[in-house]
Amino acid sequence: MAVVTLWLVTLVVFFAMRLLPGDPLIIFMGESVQSGNMTTEQLAKLRVEYGLDKPLVVQYLTWIAGLVHGNLGTSIHYHEDVGKLMAERFPITLHLGLLAFLIEATLGVLLGLVAAVRRGTWVDVAATTFANIGVCVPVFWLGLLLTYFFGLRLGLLPIAGYTSPFDDFWMSTKQIIMPVVCLAIGSMSFTARQMRSSMLEVVRQDYIRTAWSKGLRERTIILRHALKPSLIPVITVLGISAAMVLGGSVLVETVFAIPGVGRLLVSSIFAQDYVVIQSGTFVIATIIILLNLIVDISYGWIDPRIRYS
Amino acid sequence: MSQERLTGPAAIADISEIPPVVSEWSRFQRVFFQRKLVMFGLAVLLVVVFCAAFAHWLAPYDPYRGNMADSLVQPCWKYLLGTDIQGRDTLSRMIYGCRTVLMVGFITVTVAAIIGIPLGLMAGFFGGISNMIIMRAMDALMGFPFLLLALLLSAVLGGGIQNVIIALSIALVPGYARVMHGLTLSIKENDYILAERAMGASSRRTMFGHVLPNALAPMIVLATAQLGILILAEAGLSYLGIGIKPPGAAWGSMVADGYQYLLSNPVLSFAPGLAIMVVVFAFFMVGDGLRDALDPRLRGLL
Repeated sequence: MAVVTLWLVTLVVFFAMRLLPGDPLIIFMGESVQSGNMTTEQLAKLRVEYGLDKPLVVQYLTWIAGLVHGNLGTSIHYHEDVGKLMAERFPITLHLGLLAFLIEATLGVLLGLVAAVRRGTWVDVAATTFANIGVCVPVFWLGLLLTYFFGLRLGLLPIAGYTSPFDDFWMSTKQIIMPVVCLAIGSMSFTARQMRSSMLEVVRQDYIRTAWSKGLRERTIILRHALKPSLIPVITVLGISAAMVLGGSVLVETVFAIPGVGRLLVSSIFAQDYVVIQSGTFVIATIIILLNLIVDISYGWIDPRIRYS
Repeated sequence: MSQERLTGPAAIADISEIPPVVSEWSRFQRVFFQRKLVMFGLAVLLVVVFCAAFAHWLAPYDPYRGNMADSLVQPCWKYLLGTDIQGRDTLSRMIYGCRTVLMVGFITVTVAAIIGIPLGLMAGFFGGISNMIIMRAMDALMGFPFLLLALLLSAVLGGGIQNVIIALSIALVPGYARVMHGLTLSIKENDYILAERAMGASSRRTMFGHVLPNALAPMIVLATAQLGILILAEAGLSYLGIGIKPPGAAWGSMVADGYQYLLSNPVLSFAPGLAIMVVVFAFFMVGDGLRDALDPRLRGLL
């Protein structure tokens, strides 16, 4: 089924790109033609080179055939293989996204858990308020606030850029703190809200009452009996948050000038580099579909009542 | 009322377990209007609507044409929130920005609902091949992160408020279709639908006359919550420069424009961003209030 969805994704991406007003090459090359660097003949030659003179179906099939062979096409703007462009930038987005996701998932679940267990106390009020505000914060604005206070006013953290942790771990960590916080906060609040409500649902169940009446300690009840069932709806939310983190990386990478996949996509949009946009969005969609598949499988693992045939 | 109840079969049950009989409207009033946060949200939204409606005489200055002599003024009595590089008053631009927010939010949600709800309804009601085609297509759209799909579509369509609305609507459709699909599947199993069919009602009559009205409350709740998400997405697009085109007043692009002057004039970026956050918060709170007030499962509990 995932394969069918993947195929539909290629259709969406490809035909959305072809809705571009006019010829994808014209807009980019048009400037060169005007400035006299390129003649109309050369433009026509380029069009043949990129296969844009062929019918749509042929273009589509060529693209798909390339994808199957792991060839994502050649960027118009960078004159480089898109696969290579993505491979250079993907580890950066992965570093950022993975860190954000791990922090988001851990803190979100913890926050929701504590809020539910201490329901009605100031801990709950504080956690719920934090989560309610956290889902509303525009990522890019939070980035600006952090830049202003920690970067410019206090001078504690560098305001932009990225360094590989293998080159300079300390610098890399300093640079990545603010982006990770921005990326994590929205989905963390989202996870915390879901965790709180599903935990409250679970502690009302009869088997939790039984556990209490057996005289078990609170810690045992929460961690051994209530945690696992209350995580089931949270896993769905975690799947969505992973997608949110990937989508948010577009904004965060722009704010902090991090040369990742999101930044590549945005600059390709401005450069009208349709090859990169087309293959880039396809790759990201593939990742999301795989994530959803993992979420579906982990249901069966965490809840044995669910079995797939 | 409770006296009558004691003589019925309900007398067998513990009285404290019987929910008191309250009319739907008074329960709505109690749950919705008596919460401080919901009321706060509602008040914020009223202010935004008011600002949008009367922007032309609320705004102290022209939001599009500034006074170059007063470029980058710090907040003062003349310009409460200061001015940008072109000497345009930040407060006036924010007041006009209310129009953008409301327009994008409400039109997008309506368009997405008009397309998404019938799709989900048909997929759930007819099942079989139409279900497969529609829901597969929705899955394909769901494969993209919401912001990325909106980004792709607005990149394709080019910026401007109209294209942002189209892009966001398309990105939102699968959400509606999915929820409506699930609701239809469960509503379809009710006896009153069976009765309706047995009386020979057409599919269309059953779908739009009976299934849809019963799904309306959850759909309204969904729409309210999505208004918040939409405003965040529109702000994000405008921040990237792919959304509302200058000189249009959008809060997201105002934050982006202020970035260059962050150290000298932080208010330029801070104020519009805060406005986005407060409005999104308001929509979420009102959404939560509506959810609790309209959810029949919470009857008697709230």
